[in-house]
Amino acid sequence: MEITSATAELLELIGRASGDEKHDASSFSTLDVLQVLYEMLRVDPADPGWEERDRFLLSKGHGPLAYYAVLAYNGFFPADELSKFMTWDGILGGHPDRGRVPGVEVSTGSLGHGLPMAVGVAYALRARGLDTQRVFVLTGDAELNEGSNWEAIMHAGSAQLANLTAIVVDNGSSNVRLGEIAAKLRAFGWDAAGVDGRDHDALREAYLHRSDRPTAVVAVV
Amino acid sequence: MTAMRQQAMSAVVDVFERDENVAVIMADISLDYLRRAVEHDPRRAINVGIMEQSAIGVAAGFALEGYHPIVHTLAPFLAERPLEQIKLDFGYQGLGGLFISAGASYDYGESGGTHHAGGDVQALGSIPRLEVLVPGSARETDALVRASYANGRPTYLRTSIVENDAPLELAPGGLTVVRRGRDLTVVAAGPFLSRTLAALDGIDATVLYATTLVPLDAATLAREAAPAAEIVLVEPVYEGTTAAQVSAALAHRPTRLLSIGVPRRFLKRYGTAEQHDADLGLDVGGIRERIRAFVG
Repeated sequence: MEITSATAELLELIGRASGDEKHDASSFSTLDVLQVLYEMLRVDPADPGWEERDRFLLSKGHGPLAYYAVLAYNGFFPADELSKFMTWDGILGGHPDRGRVPGVEVSTGSLGHGLPMAVGVAYALRARGLDTQRVFVLTGDAELNEGSNWEAIMHAGSAQLANLTAIVVDNGSSNVRLGEIAAKLRAFGWDAAGVDGRDHDALREAYLHRSDRPTAVVAVV
Repeated sequence: MTAMRQQAMSAVVDVFERDENVAVIMADISLDYLRRAVEHDPRRAINVGIMEQSAIGVAAGFALEGYHPIVHTLAPFLAERPLEQIKLDFGYQGLGGLFISAGASYDYGESGGTHHAGGDVQALGSIPRLEVLVPGSARETDALVRASYANGRPTYLRTSIVENDAPLELAPGGLTVVRRGRDLTVVAAGPFLSRTLAALDGIDATVLYATTLVPLDAATLAREAAPAAEIVLVEPVYEGTTAAQVSAALAHRPTRLLSIGVPRRFLKRYGTAEQHDADLGLDVGGIRERIRAFVG
């Protein structure tokens, strides 16, 4: 993990929260990935529904604290909300709700839903003529146990949805041995490569890589 | 006569061509019926392949971006396999989409239990905000597709190969009063109306016709129910699927309810829908026998 001043602030934000659903391993393994993504993602915290934004979908929905911290850091909602994580008066649940949290695109937590929805969003942007907008979806090695992801991966590769990028955080939490995830994605027609999920420069470069196919960044942490 | 499924697909193509906010998601079923949509605008007419969970997810993605998605495939693979996708991606997220099935209950009676779906309406009916439409004719199907595709709610439209003898003028969302009587109140749903009317021969009954099973039109039922306590529900889905809604609508008065529907068991014989009807007591004679035994 690169400790920049921004990272330090994000860690401080995460530290404000408590509760069983912190899923510490999930939160900390996605922090660098999300911090770097939101440095380049075209979004407007003052207008979360801005049509010309890039879309980010947290597919796995687990360990959302890093996500919440990054959103708060970028101004989507007041940092005070972090201290109300998973409480009656707060908007930040154990799994994110698009109806409650500004900047959250999808309500996830049940695994295997976000990636298929991201495929639909990618199609919809294309149909709308929003050709420069990108769709990022974050999944994990354990979430990839869910078969619905592989349906969507198979379809997106076949359809060559080039505006779609999957970020796969591989923190070794899958109890099914997946082998090299990038190789599996390439077999389904994706342009996929593995990177050090803590290396900000490498992540940045990987996110900027474009292709005539869907791309995948397997962030190993 | 145009069949319900064919009419539904024709209406889908028409709204797709008229409204550029419509997206059609296919799962390798009815591709010929929907070919015109693909030719009209392939960017929003997508055959995802044989992957029903993702079909719903992809449709939700379109809905997130302001589209009115319409998904079509066979009933068990639309209502039961991706039940959680409909529940969460559409229900929980507050999105709207139209899900049109073919192959109601035992329409595919020769195909065996893998293709039967008596429980589709009960399963989907557990999802808050979701609406269930059970038309009884091709004409009703056409009207319901057009009235519901942009209603902002998850909506399940169940086509069937079984149709009523003559379509009625329907009020979408409400119960239609077919006739008024004193000795019995009958709620007949979708394609089971004709056989129910035939079975009531000689009984002075109020008959209410439902094409919307969820939510049931409680106000009309409460207002129109006959003075007698006896209520009969006849529906082309698992027996008792709509019973709780009927009871709730009549909670202010004494009632005795008979639920007639598809028995809750796996059907092990192979045959036409008519053969299964006869075997299950859901033909005119079977329904008449049960109602007569009930009213004495």
